[in-house]
This record gives sequence, structure tokens and C-alpha cells, in this order.
Amino acid sequence: MPRPPSPSIPEKEFLFNALKQSLRLDGRQALEMRTPTLTFGPDLGWVECSLGKTRVIAQVDGKMVKPPPERPLEGLITIHSEISPMASTEYEPGRPSDEEVTMTRMLDKVIRRSDAVDKESLCIQAGQRVWHLRLTIHCLADAGNLLDCACLAGIVAFKHFRRPEVEVVGDEVTIHHPSERAPVPLSMHHTPFCLTFAYFPDTSTPPVLDPTHLEQRLSAGLLSVALNAQRELCVVQKAGGVPLDPDEILRVVDVAVIKAKELDKIVEERLKEDFAGRNIEVQ
Amino acid sequence: MSELVLPGEQIHAQHVNLKLGPGLLQLSNVGQDGFIISTRAGELKHSANNSKWWIESNSRRYIPASQESVVGVVIARSGENWRVDIGSAHAANLDGLAFEGATKRNRPNLKVGSVLYARVSLAHKDMEPELECFDAQTRKAEGFGELKGGFLVRCSLKMSRLLLDPTHFLLPLLGSRFPLEAATGLNGRVWVNAKDTRHIIAISRCIEAVDPDGGGLDESGVKKLLGTMDI
Repeated sequence: MPRPPSPSIPEKEFLFNALKQSLRLDGRQALEMRTPTLTFGPDLGWVECSLGKTRVIAQVDGKMVKPPPERPLEGLITIHSEISPMASTEYEPGRPSDEEVTMTRMLDKVIRRSDAVDKESLCIQAGQRVWHLRLTIHCLADAGNLLDCACLAGIVAFKHFRRPEVEVVGDEVTIHHPSERAPVPLSMHHTPFCLTFAYFPDTSTPPVLDPTHLEQRLSAGLLSVALNAQRELCVVQKAGGVPLDPDEILRVVDVAVIKAKELDKIVEERLKEDFAGRNIEVQ
Repeated sequence: MSELVLPGEQIHAQHVNLKLGPGLLQLSNVGQDGFIISTRAGELKHSANNSKWWIESNSRRYIPASQESVVGVVIARSGENWRVDIGSAHAANLDGLAFEGATKRNRPNLKVGSVLYARVSLAHKDMEPELECFDAQTRKAEGFGELKGGFLVRCSLKMSRLLLDPTHFLLPLLGSRFPLEAATGLNGRVWVNAKDTRHIIAISRCIEAVDPDGGGLDESGVKKLLGTMDI
């Protein structure tokens, strides 16, 4: 199907009017995020994250490979994400849309380049064997803000994943099966969260956090801020759109700091709940 | 009494004046009485005297059928005709003169992005559907035409059928709280209008909550939901 048509005139006018009065179509506050729901699968490293009706599945798996000669002491992390037409009729298979390109680049910056996972701990034998972790992101449904949902799912998948314990004696490498020795969590430096704000053509309208599908289509600019609960900024991305004052950006970052702390708490609680229910320790 | 059927199952329906509704197809075999198969997954239902049979299913993708009222959005103009998106696989065609009292000199002033309430006049599976903005018998507007202002709510096809049912509780319940206008299309789109922005948001949220896809809230649930909103 060709590009979907832009929203109709009544939808556009109604949304802008409502936002001027600080009313959002789903009853949220302007800077309120949809509560994320995290569901963990039977495998370690499989997580489904949903923000309202937006749903994303992330899966981590690892295998041992020979590292490239220029970096013999670090593991490898690759992220594979593709938005299939399953997420929405707007996406075509084979041809990456703008949103898909943005999502791939942001996931790369937030999860890989911010050094969330400690790559040196993934080295088993220098120059010979390292862990290659592969993160796959499947977008199931797009009801706005796929980017935040995908980043959250990806980072939680890394926190949930356990790799098999490996013993190196001299030149011999033994991989222990999870039933012999308990698998080991990944060593993570920090946990970045991505938060997206949408700006609208009328500059008197305040920005909204976690836009829905209609808000995203009618926005005049999106600002994505990725940071962790320790107030460290990882990424600030704003590709075109309405120009913003520096004060506005600082204000947005302050809001993002509070939300990141909330998200961190939610993620830690859910992970603890899930591990209490699992039996990964060897008796 | 209803049974679940899958597409391709043979249905045993016999009656002198048999009428097949949505989801059922009669295949004709040479030299034999045709047999009836289902084309959708859903519940098989029939009328009390077994003369009418149909399948009730739910989906979000609209398949145009003749004489159905739909809400469309104008996407382009091609000569004198308008191309309208009704949510089906193909965009529909609306003649520029298919309005009440329209002549070559006196045409309605539509724009790209206008919302219309129209009737599907022609729908075949391999052709683009065609729309008209007047009633078939009386050739008068009868509510069809451009819808100005308000807001467009998307829902599943079953929800739009429920909203068109006069015995369903939702619209009268909302109408008892505040005045509202609604135009329901069978293509899963509902145009709503009310004076206050909050009321329109309340209608939109209630429709999404009562939708079988989104939870299927009942009357008491809707009353509770309305209580939490600030209207």
C-alpha cells in the first residue's frame, strides 16, 4: 500500500485544540508516560515490553566467536531491528522507512555506543574467543513511540540475559551447561532509558512525553533524550523540527531525569519478581 | 446457540427462502445443488426460522460491500472525482456530483483531508469501490455529506456494528450526560462531535474501552470510567 494518508482535518484541528488546553486524547497529563508492562519469556533474555498498545519483543542470545584482530580483548554486540508490516500498515517490507532508520541509529547509540554492557568482560581468551551477543528487536504493534519501547525492551533484555559460565584453564576452554553451573549475568556499566518528547507547530503548546500514534504524526519535531538513573546523559537526538531554546532543552532534560528514575525502579522491581519465580540456581 | 466455524467449513443450512449473510458463500457444482461454505472465522448464527444465516466475526480491516454507510477521508482529487480513503485495500472513488442538489456549477467545496459520511454504491472484489453522498431511493442527503469539526475515532468492525445497533447502551448513556453527535461508519470509524473538548475525549476513550478488541467494558464499567474523567 502506498504511504498512508495524513490525518484528516478534524483530527488535526481537534488534537491541536485539545493540546492547547493541555488535554491529551487518552486522558494522560502532558508529561505523563504510559506505564510500561514487562513480560519475561521462558528463556533468559526474552522480554516483551508494552507501552499502552505499542508492543515490542527483544531477545538476546550469545555465541562464541573469534574477535576481529583490531580489537582482540572485547566482545561483540550486534543489534538487529526491523519494523515489519505487522506493526502497522504504514511499514513496507524491504524498504526501511524514516522511523526505522531513526530507530536503528538510536538503538545503536543508546545500547551499543553508550557502553551499557561491559565488552571487556565478554572476552574469554584474548585474540581467540569472545562472546558475540546478538539483540533482536521485533516490533509487534505501533501505537506511537516505538523508539522508547524498543530501547526499554532491549536494555531490559540485556539485564535479564544470563550467559553460560565459562572456565579457562591454560589453553582449554570449558563451557558449563546451565544445569551444571548457574549462568552468569552480563556485567553492565549502567542502564540507559530513552524518552521521547513531541513538539507541535504552535510554539505555545507545551511538549508531550511518550506521544501516541496521532500525536507523533502531527508533531512538528521529536526530541529524544537517553539517560540513566544516575543523571548521566547518553544521547540527545533531535533531527530537524521546530527550533528550541537551550532553556527548553534543559527543562526537558530535568523532566527526563525524574522519569528515568521511575523507570529504573519499575525495571528493577520486575526483574526481581521474575528471578524470584525462576529456578536458575543449581541445587 | 452458536458454533465456531473456520473459513472453508461446509455449513448445512436448508430453507425454502434461504438468505446468506456476511461470511457465507454458495458454491455451485454442475448438476448438483450448490453447497454453502464459510469464508470467515467466527460464530455461525441464524434467525429463528432458519431462513437467514450469517457469520459474526471481528476484524479491523474493512471489506467494502454495497449499500453500507462508511466514514471516509478525502485523500486526493482526480479531475472531477474525489479519491477517498475508507480503510479498504483500494481507495474509493466519489463523483464530484454525487451530492444532493449538485450541478456542474454548484459543487460542494471539499478539501484534501475532509471527512465524509457516504454510502458505498458499488463494491466488487477486483474493482475500486464507489461512493455516493445521498440516499439511494430519495436522492436526498439524509445525513450523508461532509462532516465538519469534531473528531474521528477508530474502532474494530464489530464495535461499529454495535454502535449502530439501537439497543446498545453506549451512545444513549453518553447522550444522557452531555449532548453529542455521532456518525458511525461500518468501516471501523466513528465521527463524533460535542461542544466541549473534554466531552469528545470522553467519548473517544469510552468507545476504545467498550471495543471488544480493547477490553469490552460493560455498562457499569463505563459509568465508573466516566466518573474518573473530569467532565
